[in-house]
Amino acid sequence: MGTVRRIGALTAVFTLASLSAHAQTYPTGNDPRNGLKPGMYDAGIAAQGMRLVSFSKKPAEFDSVRGLTFINSDIAFRDHYVYQGNFAGFTIWDVKNPSKPEMVAVVPCITSQGDPSIVGHLLFISAEGNGNRNDCGKGGVKDPSEHMAGVRIYDVSDPKAPKLVKNVQTCKGSHTHTVIPSPTDKGVVYIYISGSQGARPATELAGCNNGTDPADVNNSIYRLDVIKVPLAHPEKAEVVTGARIFTGLEPAPTSTMRREAQANRGGGRGGRGGRGARGGDSAQVATQGAARPDPTQPTGPRNCHDVTAYPAMHLLAGACASYGLLVDIKNPEKPVRLDARADTNFSLWHTAVFSNDGSKVVFTDEWGGGTGPMCQATSMLEMGGNTTLTISKGKLTQHSYFKLPSAQTAQENCVSHNGGLVPVPGRDIMVQGWYQGGVDVIDFTDPDHPFEIAFFDRGPADAPPAPGDTANARQRGTIGGSWGAYYWNGLVYSSELARGFDILELQPTDKLSANELAAAKLVKFVEYNPQSQPKIVWPAAFPVVRSYLDQLVRDNGLASERTAAIGKALDAAEKQNGAARGAALTKLAAQVEKDAAGAKDAAKVKTMAGEIRRLAEGSK
Amino acid sequence: MSMAPVKIPAGAVFTEADVRFMQGMIAHHAQAIYMSRMAADHGAGPHLLKFAQKIDQSQIVEIRLMQQWLRANGQDAPDTSSWHSMQMPGMLTADQLKQLDASKGTEFDRQFLVLMIQHHNGALKMVADLFATPQAGQDIDVSVFANDVQTVQTAEIGTMQQMLGNL
Repeated sequence: MGTVRRIGALTAVFTLASLSAHAQTYPTGNDPRNGLKPGMYDAGIAAQGMRLVSFSKKPAEFDSVRGLTFINSDIAFRDHYVYQGNFAGFTIWDVKNPSKPEMVAVVPCITSQGDPSIVGHLLFISAEGNGNRNDCGKGGVKDPSEHMAGVRIYDVSDPKAPKLVKNVQTCKGSHTHTVIPSPTDKGVVYIYISGSQGARPATELAGCNNGTDPADVNNSIYRLDVIKVPLAHPEKAEVVTGARIFTGLEPAPTSTMRREAQANRGGGRGGRGGRGARGGDSAQVATQGAARPDPTQPTGPRNCHDVTAYPAMHLLAGACASYGLLVDIKNPEKPVRLDARADTNFSLWHTAVFSNDGSKVVFTDEWGGGTGPMCQATSMLEMGGNTTLTISKGKLTQHSYFKLPSAQTAQENCVSHNGGLVPVPGRDIMVQGWYQGGVDVIDFTDPDHPFEIAFFDRGPADAPPAPGDTANARQRGTIGGSWGAYYWNGLVYSSELARGFDILELQPTDKLSANELAAAKLVKFVEYNPQSQPKIVWPAAFPVVRSYLDQLVRDNGLASERTAAIGKALDAAEKQNGAARGAALTKLAAQVEKDAAGAKDAAKVKTMAGEIRRLAEGSK
Repeated sequence: MSMAPVKIPAGAVFTEADVRFMQGMIAHHAQAIYMSRMAADHGAGPHLLKFAQKIDQSQIVEIRLMQQWLRANGQDAPDTSSWHSMQMPGMLTADQLKQLDASKGTEFDRQFLVLMIQHHNGALKMVADLFATPQAGQDIDVSVFANDVQTVQTAEIGTMQQMLGNL
């Protein structure tokens, strides 16, 4: 293991920590999410820092309680529409009135797993399963020529009547996909295809080849298929290359390190915090040389489960089975792997979210595949959560873990899943779906101490079996909960697998102030595909300045008499207009710049001064 | 264990191969759990203990999922004792189990890893055989589950190879 660099905690704590993780019945018994009444549509609800704005049942066409056949999947956003994928088609919601979303179109089309993205008037839908047909019909594939695996492209110019433009076939189908705009041509987007299936035979789709050698350029494995889409001519979309970002990766290493299992290391901020703990059971992975006793065994990853692009930073985070990858996508046709990380505390690297400044990335672990109840009090804390890493000069450093700080029941499929940023200036906050673990909001500003700041959770969709009834345990087997939860233009939207579609609103608490929420609401995007992360830019505004001020108060980043004085000065300036306001703010900015010198959090004070100055300039 | 003949309801997209896969994988998983639960009283090292615990917790919920699918589709659902009577690819023979049971400490770790790699490779073969069967693997629950087995057990084989190299 000479080329593998070990990091993290001391080996000495290994055995003890391992035992305490095994024996603990964590978290505590007084969580409001404990013991919620089960029910499909009348389940008990526990929420903190969030309120339910509306719930909409899924369309009757997709109504089923059993298994995965009719579950909802991910969502994408444009204008006042939300595009919600389903394993049997998709739904378009008009959310102009969020308290009463209107179902605009329901398009039945068997397409597992139906992962959607929207670009202008084109809707892209992932098709992976073996039973998806070109014609969308039921009954499965009788002849390979009927089989659709890849990306369906719909024209949704008329949202009431989406039209299928093209089925782009790929060798391995598409479990998920990610839109990456061409950096040089506004009329072109690239679609990166992820999915772990093997390649179809060449007799089904010409050119497909289940090779076993990662370096063999003719095999269809060990690559992400890349589709190029000319937006004006979607019918010409085709696979143009395979991103071979796995070449040279060895099987994921184990390491001698592990996390400490204590939940609230360092006490956390705001009390209970989360199940965050410092990371450690991981290893930086070099491209060569780890010990491998049997070279005939399957090697490292051959595909990703999901990749998150951050086009403004030319970065891509690949969640690729046993690896998290960092990839340079300056040229989307020729991505370059920058770094890779493996972790024996991660079962399946699943998806990722970057911090807005690109200095951090959160990866999730879909232990149990999303269908298992992996958040029970007895479930391993090490598995099925998030990990926070920092990014510096193209290299990843792992810092901590976070798992939902609430024990769910055996009836609730639960593991960390999809999410995105909440645009609060000065902090890194994400909202995330945990299937039946609900929707969780997590602060990962301090990469060593992520903590929970808000949640929304329902009781299980199914009631538990009667005592002693082991034969019927989970017989109804509803797979439900939040597939993904995302902040978009002021509200949180969550795709509920079994039940439908939730819209939530964050509410002020001691962990998230009214000013911070008001600042978040200033950020508007016309289009939002969460796996193609947009750069957040805040306008010059009082709520932005006050967000920083609230954070300085909350964390004692600046002496309290100064924060009080600054608050008063801001209030006074806001009451003035034009040049007078500009002058007052300019004077305040100069004072705040001086405050930085003696402040505990000088960097934040300086940032706030800059924001006051920006506001002053806008007032002249 | 003898399973009842498979009857495919009209309109179903699953085949006999899907049913046999789910039934067989229950037995296959059940033996992996049995092996994993040997770790604690055979002096396994802390890494192996944790890895075994992961297999135990992962595969027990997958067994419930398979049983639920089989019952919901009107098929026989084996229980966790089925590994005594069903022999699937990669499963340990009685002699191999004895050999594992007779080992302690680091030697247990080594035996466990070698045998569990064999066991996992058997699961990968079962998945490959399923998808190589015409019309099979089209039911969404079966297809998603089989893909998960493929992805996770491939990754775990990599982990176990590394653990072997570190012994």
